[in-house]
Amino acid sequence: MSRSLISFENVYYAYPGVDEYALNNISFEIQDGGTEIILGGSGSGKSTILKLIQGLIKPESGHIFVQGTEVSGIDEPDLMKLRGNIGMVFQEGALFDSLSVAENVGFRLHDQGDLEDDDIEESVRRMLGFVGLGELYDRQPSELSGGQRRRVAVARAMAHKPKLILYDEPTTGLDPIIASTICDLIVKLRDFEGVTTVLVTHQLQDAFQVAQGFVSQRNGDLFYKQVDEADVLTGIEFLVLDSGKIIFRGRQKDLLETNEPYVRKFLHGIGTAVGR
Amino acid sequence: MINGLLARLRDVLSSIQEFSFLSYRSFASLFSRPRYWRDTLEQMDIIGVGSLTVVCLTGLFTGMVLTLQSSSMLDIFGAKPYVGRMVTLIMIRELGPVLTALMVAGRAGSGMTAELGSMVVTQQIEALRSLGTDPIRKLVVPRLVAGLIMVPALTVLSNAVGMLGGYFVAAFSLRLATNLYWHSAMDAISVYDLFMGLFKPVVFGYIIAVVGCYQGLTTTGGTRGVGSATTKSVVVASILVLVSDYFLNVLILHFVYPDWWGF
Repeated sequence: MSRSLISFENVYYAYPGVDEYALNNISFEIQDGGTEIILGGSGSGKSTILKLIQGLIKPESGHIFVQGTEVSGIDEPDLMKLRGNIGMVFQEGALFDSLSVAENVGFRLHDQGDLEDDDIEESVRRMLGFVGLGELYDRQPSELSGGQRRRVAVARAMAHKPKLILYDEPTTGLDPIIASTICDLIVKLRDFEGVTTVLVTHQLQDAFQVAQGFVSQRNGDLFYKQVDEADVLTGIEFLVLDSGKIIFRGRQKDLLETNEPYVRKFLHGIGTAVGR
Repeated sequence: MINGLLARLRDVLSSIQEFSFLSYRSFASLFSRPRYWRDTLEQMDIIGVGSLTVVCLTGLFTGMVLTLQSSSMLDIFGAKPYVGRMVTLIMIRELGPVLTALMVAGRAGSGMTAELGSMVVTQQIEALRSLGTDPIRKLVVPRLVAGLIMVPALTVLSNAVGMLGGYFVAAFSLRLATNLYWHSAMDAISVYDLFMGLFKPVVFGYIIAVVGCYQGLTTTGGTRGVGSATTKSVVVASILVLVSDYFLNVLILHFVYPDWWGF
């Protein structure tokens, strides 16, 4: 039986100066090696969950356990160590403008201070090769396209080999082909490196691509495949948020069949009245 | 209206608390690892070399104007030969440290705020924290160390250039003998003046760096917020430099002349 890597227990959170809860009595668990796809509209609290997992913000009440440690109860130096085992891909990539692509990807490795420069360079080149951007090693972030920035951000998040990667709307603002490339990359990391994945998105197509996709290797070549929605593995769970509350949690098949009104509206975009 | 004033007071107290916490954290981090030497050298280059021209020009013309103005006054008492002494004392004790600090606050302090503010609005600070790096150690401490070292260094340079500017005016405009000017100038400098001239810039460097970093790290409101944080940074740092200058003068005068009570 797999153990839970992340656990939220009755978590409440409100942003400073705001009366309403951004997260209202949230409880769920994510298993080690699992994939959690968090769906919801803008302002529903999706990104807040990722910040809480990393301890970037503290809950008002409730408990959050990550890799067995209660993040809501430890101080900043211990949180820094914990964050070293977590990778995070931000919405716009959040690459460091003053550093080159290679320095961005190798940032954590340099900061650890226990690796030789040659080893760091080798790791960086391997990660950039993994995301298909080996030729951009010496470039500056300002010279990259939106899609390239996200892929470099994935390489940076993965460089120190974390067991958990959090994606905060990694395909927002990208064209469908580039977005599909990012989703394939998420699947590749999950299936090849065995990392636990938490994907926050409001793009249904991307969510289903990650849920239904898998990567196999034959004769050294990688093959991306999609399974039917009914065959999506049990380790892949969907969680839907509305106004800070969980209104659905389950498999893709159940998500598509649920009668919950908001979920149906979210999935099919119906019932939204537009005034003349 | 009372509620509005209370809310404003709460915001001010909260800002003071956050500022004090950042000052304490960054000062405490000076004495522990990890240390980012490369970033520190880079910041020393930005603050020191980057402000060199503006600080030298400020020092030069201040020394020149000071010589012109004081010579006409000293001439009334037949004390024109003492112009070098006057320029030197005013530059080292007061104008050198203060004007240098104001120039560095305007040039480098605003740059710190703009850079850190941009990093906040583009989530780079969050990215830094998520990579397990403490933004105070990585971003604030190198700027603080650079400020503590480079503001005194720039002040010394500004003083020297100011004295040189004074000499040019004294020699070529007032027709004062070279050795008279420099003899009078060197005669004026005491250990107390050197202490005053070097202690104040250290405090000013600390103020400029911490205010610049605090305003940058607390930026809100997107790119527009970066602009207003930058303006606020220069205003707050300049005011704090001037206010602290008065109290430092009082403190140092007490230290040097224990019987003096000039409050």
